Amino acid sequence: MGNAVEVSNVSMRFNMSKDKVDSIKEYMIRLVKRQLFFEEFWALKEVSFSVEKGDVFGIVGLNGSGKSTLLKTISGILKPTEGRVYTEGVISPMIELGAGFDTDLTARENVFLNGSVLGFSRAQMKEKFDEIVEFAELQEFVDVAVKNFSSGMVARLAFSIATVIKPDILIVDEILAVGDFLFQQKCEQRIQELMSGGTTVLIVSHSIEQIERLCHRVLWLEHGRMRMLGDTQEVCGLYKQATRDG
Amino acid sequence: MKKQLQTFLKYRFLLENLISRDLKVKYRRSVLGLCWSILNPLLMMLIITAVFSTIFRFEVENFSIYYLTGWLIFNFVSESTTAALQSIVNSATLIKKVYIPKYIFPLEKILFSFVNMFFSMIAVAIMIAVACLMGNMQLSWTMLLFPVPMLYALVFCIGFGMLIAAINVFFRDMGHLYSVCVTAWMYLTPIIYPMEALDRAQWVLPIIKCNPLYYYVTYFRDVVMYNTVPGPADNLICIGFSLAFLLLGGWVFKRTQDRFILHI
Repeated sequence: MGNAVEVSNVSMRFNMSKDKVDSIKEYMIRLVKRQLFFEEFWALKEVSFSVEKGDVFGIVGLNGSGKSTLLKTISGILKPTEGRVYTEGVISPMIELGAGFDTDLTARENVFLNGSVLGFSRAQMKEKFDEIVEFAELQEFVDVAVKNFSSGMVARLAFSIATVIKPDILIVDEILAVGDFLFQQKCEQRIQELMSGGTTVLIVSHSIEQIERLCHRVLWLEHGRMRMLGDTQEVCGLYKQATRDG
Repeated sequence: MKKQLQTFLKYRFLLENLISRDLKVKYRRSVLGLCWSILNPLLMMLIITAVFSTIFRFEVENFSIYYLTGWLIFNFVSESTTAALQSIVNSATLIKKVYIPKYIFPLEKILFSFVNMFFSMIAVAIMIAVACLMGNMQLSWTMLLFPVPMLYALVFCIGFGMLIAAINVFFRDMGHLYSVCVTAWMYLTPIIYPMEALDRAQWVLPIIKCNPLYYYVTYFRDVVMYNTVPGPADNLICIGFSLAFLLLGGWVFKRTQDRFILHI
């Protein structure tokens, strides 16, 4: 089987200016004073790995280790400064649930809007509409404006939109921590269904138990560099040890 | 090229959705809703006609239609580009979280105003019908050419909108500066005054001739009011301006779009 995701030598540089220069006046002043130099910050440095089709891949690391940046480069939101990312198939990124919701619109309108944000067609959304609402358990609220929803309801709706149409690659960033216990179980079940259907899944989570339960292989990032890449048991064991000692 | 076309087709549904969202949000909780797109220009026209047929007098035949036709095109350009200017910055949350071709955002704002202009066109049609009934104007087949100058203006706006949207990401001054520019632009377009009024101020003419809107407005009036079809030279000038801005805007946008996310 081929690879669904190939990340080769990816580095991502950010210019950290202490205060952002975003007016022409300030730009000119700094240009004259020659203060236009930024501090460089490498959020990712020479990261390479590949994920086979249908695999479930976990990424662990402490805050600020570059996990989210890595997911963003894979889903095409960020373009890496160096290196190359290759992906095959439709990506459904769930970097943050509910991005693309317009809170003034109703749930029904948002299903279509959010579906189109993810690149689905009208026919697809029409066909799956009932299923989405049912999975999110929001049948009574389809014509209520989303601004009146609780955050759990928003998350449920967003999750069911993002997963109702089987993507080739599903990117999950720390979102399984939303909703109540029952819904979390439902989410995990849905992800497992997708996995058995051949979807490649990339998961970032602080819950190491979740990673151990779901993933086959794990990448451990530290300060933007690869600390370890390998079998779940092996990596998670060492990671737990390191975080406990550290 | 083929791949880009495919992505565009894939996101066409998003484009439709965003436009209908804007329409819904714009007229949410208003009783008359979309009728405002027709009423607004008519009411504005009443005021302007009242002012300029009593206080400042211009010798223009069918002044209310003269004003309305100029206003229609100008308002489309100013409204759409002002919205496009902020489109990237305002979509920051979306751009940071999902991959969407970024030109969708300015393009959507322009198309939304374009749709709006078609509703406002009903106001123009009503006024022309009234003028014809009163015998001040005559119906002509050239009126059916009205979408042509609109399309020229549309292409111009798409290019120009992408250009200023990209600049605004790096320099937020653009937003503040632009509202002033729009006012200057309005006075440099013959909306309320006839071109003959410029005989006293010849030096302005070369500036106006550099204003693409002048050509679009003139074209629009030629077919709608004066029953004439502009010749190939006029068409070429219009197409030239539109394509030049489309290419410039598209080029600047493409060159800078990967860095947008670092600045929003």
